[in-house]
Amino acid sequence: MSDISETKTDLTKQDFVSDQMVKWCAGCGAHSILSSLENVFPKIGVKKEDYVVVSGIGCSSRFPYYMNTYGIHGIHGRAAAIATGVKISNPKLSVWVATGDGDSMAIGGNHFIHILRRNLDIKIIMFNNKIYGLTKGQYSPTTPFGSITKSSPQGTIEEPFNPGELVIGSQGTFFARAIDNNPKLMTELMFAAAKHKGTALIEVLENCVIFNDKVHAVVSPKENKEDVQLILKHGEPMIFGKNRDKGLILKGTKLVVATLGQNGCTEKDILVHDENEPDPGIHLMLARIAPPYYPIALGVIRAAKYPTYEDLLLQQISNAKETSKYKCVDDLLNSGNTFEI
Amino acid sequence: MAREKKRIELEDVTVRFAGDSGDGMQLSGTLFSDTAALAGNDLFTFPDYPAEIRAPHNTIAGVSGFQVHLGKKQIFTSGDLADVLVAFNPAALKSNIKWTKLGGTIIVDADAFDEKAIEKAGYTSNPLKDKSLSDYNLIKAPIGTFTKESVAGLEIDIKSIGKSRNMFALGMLYFLFNRELKATEEYIEKKFKKSPVIVEANKRVLRAGFNYADTIEAISSTYLVPPAEMKKGKYRNITGNVATAWGFLAASERSGRELYLGSYPITPATEILQELTHYKEFSAKAFQAEDEIAGICSAIGASYTGSLAITTTSGPGLSLKSEAMGLAVMTELPIVIVDVQRSGPSTGVPTKSEQSDLLQALFGRNGECPLIVLAASTPANCFEYAYLACKLAMEHMTPVILLTDGYIANGAELWRIPKVSELPEIKPPLAKANDSNYKPYLRDEVKLNRQWALPGTEGLRHRVGGLEKENIYGNVCQEPMNHQLMCELRAEKVNRVANYIPDQQIIGEESGDLLVVSWGGTYGQVLTAVKEMQKQGKKVSLAHFNYISPLPKNTGQVLSKFKKIVVCELNLGQFIMYLRMMYPEYKYEQYNKIQGLPFMVSELTEKFKQLLEGK
Repeated sequence: MSDISETKTDLTKQDFVSDQMVKWCAGCGAHSILSSLENVFPKIGVKKEDYVVVSGIGCSSRFPYYMNTYGIHGIHGRAAAIATGVKISNPKLSVWVATGDGDSMAIGGNHFIHILRRNLDIKIIMFNNKIYGLTKGQYSPTTPFGSITKSSPQGTIEEPFNPGELVIGSQGTFFARAIDNNPKLMTELMFAAAKHKGTALIEVLENCVIFNDKVHAVVSPKENKEDVQLILKHGEPMIFGKNRDKGLILKGTKLVVATLGQNGCTEKDILVHDENEPDPGIHLMLARIAPPYYPIALGVIRAAKYPTYEDLLLQQISNAKETSKYKCVDDLLNSGNTFEI
Repeated sequence: MAREKKRIELEDVTVRFAGDSGDGMQLSGTLFSDTAALAGNDLFTFPDYPAEIRAPHNTIAGVSGFQVHLGKKQIFTSGDLADVLVAFNPAALKSNIKWTKLGGTIIVDADAFDEKAIEKAGYTSNPLKDKSLSDYNLIKAPIGTFTKESVAGLEIDIKSIGKSRNMFALGMLYFLFNRELKATEEYIEKKFKKSPVIVEANKRVLRAGFNYADTIEAISSTYLVPPAEMKKGKYRNITGNVATAWGFLAASERSGRELYLGSYPITPATEILQELTHYKEFSAKAFQAEDEIAGICSAIGASYTGSLAITTTSGPGLSLKSEAMGLAVMTELPIVIVDVQRSGPSTGVPTKSEQSDLLQALFGRNGECPLIVLAASTPANCFEYAYLACKLAMEHMTPVILLTDGYIANGAELWRIPKVSELPEIKPPLAKANDSNYKPYLRDEVKLNRQWALPGTEGLRHRVGGLEKENIYGNVCQEPMNHQLMCELRAEKVNRVANYIPDQQIIGEESGDLLVVSWGGTYGQVLTAVKEMQKQGKKVSLAHFNYISPLPKNTGQVLSKFKKIVVCELNLGQFIMYLRMMYPEYKYEQYNKIQGLPFMVSELTEKFKQLLEGK
């Protein structure tokens, strides 16, 4: 993580806890996401009245009711579009979107790709439990091929999306991946997202105890999870494993797992993570890798620097104000061809 | 010479320009109209574009038209049939002859009537040579040849010569109507400032057309349309779409709320979006969204944040926005949704006008989902109703649908320019920072609106959303009695808007034999027809509605005083269905047309006569 620092404020977690009962199932991964964000908001350096939390529909999307901020619980799939209006209307606000895999990549797929492309300074937390929870267990666009669910009794016959690939393919400037049972990492990633100028997407691998329990067990085993998790840090070699003896190297056009000390492999051979690299090649590969042949990549995978939509818009507005011949609407109404009668 | 020709004075005249998409018909029509306006005529113009951008040359599909109706009397329509048709090629003649009065004048570019072009237009013989046009005063002008001759000696390419043919025709019309060339010459000088040779060429062609008309025998008399008696003031020509956009800008300035537009391009509403992208100096933010749904959803986000939020669309887009309109009703946020109606269903006839979205606007949402519906009725009053839509949306904290249609959106008329400071005040009910009494769904006792609490304001943090809200506090609430109460409150809030809108006006006597009822963009034709009947001494009055939901409080009273009521609309009978529901005690007759075309005054007067005669 680079350049992430807490800002001292008088705010505490309690300033952001709402008086509404949290109605997620016991053991749902969403609790840890809520708690992490409540911990992060006091420390970003934004006034409490300047936060707006926006959501669509689904389990994830009850989120705004549980945060004591300004908030909009929207309609299915449209959180990104609603948030876009909030941000353009008042760019000074800190705008956060809570969404799920179905909300953002099925019904809201169009808004999802376009908000990323525009690079508005909005933070999106995508709760990816690879299932439709609120409608009780149908497959989602991230459900693995062949999965048996309420709406696929013979197994799904659709390839799933990998959110990271979609983010990068949509010109996304920031992509990070967290897991619900590692709140410390999640908190760090929320800070990183907050500090990034542009649309920042955090995919949280979230468990659904009722309809898709242990969905992320492969990347989060009870023991030796260090062997299947590569936690990326900017400027550091991509080393993982309980004994920190494995790393990623580039062989030809592919990433390969190498063991330090074997076949002459030293730390110098291991790829060094550059989250700021504009070329998305390595970032895309990192977003794709997964067990059994690779670890899953967690942390900030991409944080490229591009201008934001609202900064460019404000620039156009200030240019227009400087050069316009219209000082008020009356000037416009009386401009051009007019006739005295 | 001109002085020898007879001058005939006319009350009003309709001129139609038709040619290939690239022939400059829109420009000719606009310049002719501007000159008429400068001479003091009232006028109404209407462009008739093909749906295709540049359909093949010389085909019917590629014909672009422009009609202007001008007069010494007040003009409310673009005219039924043309007195003068200018046709630049055989296809233009073929497709526009049906819009030309029998006995009217037709000016054609005779040079464009070669065999190939005649065949492409679908004629089996040359209409200039057979007797098919013997009922018209046909002027066969070799426009192509004379245009070339008049620029002889100038260093100018063939393409530019071809493009200036429209100036020749315009010059002929200026002679025919005793107009000055000055305004058009000034336009040419300004437009082609960078190319003196083009300026010279166009001016020469214009003058050549004028002189040519003077010399030919086919023009034995000229026409004079004296200035109209109009209220003194400064006027401009304006289309409905531009007037709509400017109404929003004025409302933004007057209310102090920045303008936000979230829209997706769709015919015939696109010009409003395009127009508003030009005014960043007024902090107007026009966002071209990825789709119709994002357009309205972003507007809802902007409204929550404190902008005057708008989305613009046409019928199919209104369908797509339905769910989000429900969110705006539930969150009780002000937004204005403009539906520039076009022919439906589905993609329908996109460039043609209709009034068939009324029931969708009133009822096309899930749940009990009331909102305000307004309808503008002329190009110029789109300004007024766009402004009022913003005022009502913000002051009553509710979505408003503003219905216009393709005819008034693209049509233009003279508009007396108002002063923004003289428009009605707009006072959005903004909540005050740290107001300890603030509750998200606490209502004004009279209007029943909730307050508008903007993110960034201290002490007012709150959440809104599509789940049913607890009265006063705004928390999610699924209690049965609360849901009923909230549904009733939302309905009553919209009903009470009736206390803030003017009474329904009657044009003519307050009682009589026939009340003509109409709404929205048919105003010009229906008014003209009713006035004709009144001139003939018939006891016919007009009630033309702009406030659709809620209806003006005196509506029942207005309907009660006539022997017969006829509801005229460009659909199969939607407003009549609504009136029958709201005022079932009256008997209604109906007159409907659904051809993508405006009413003709003549067909309306015919219908009214039949009704008066008891048929």
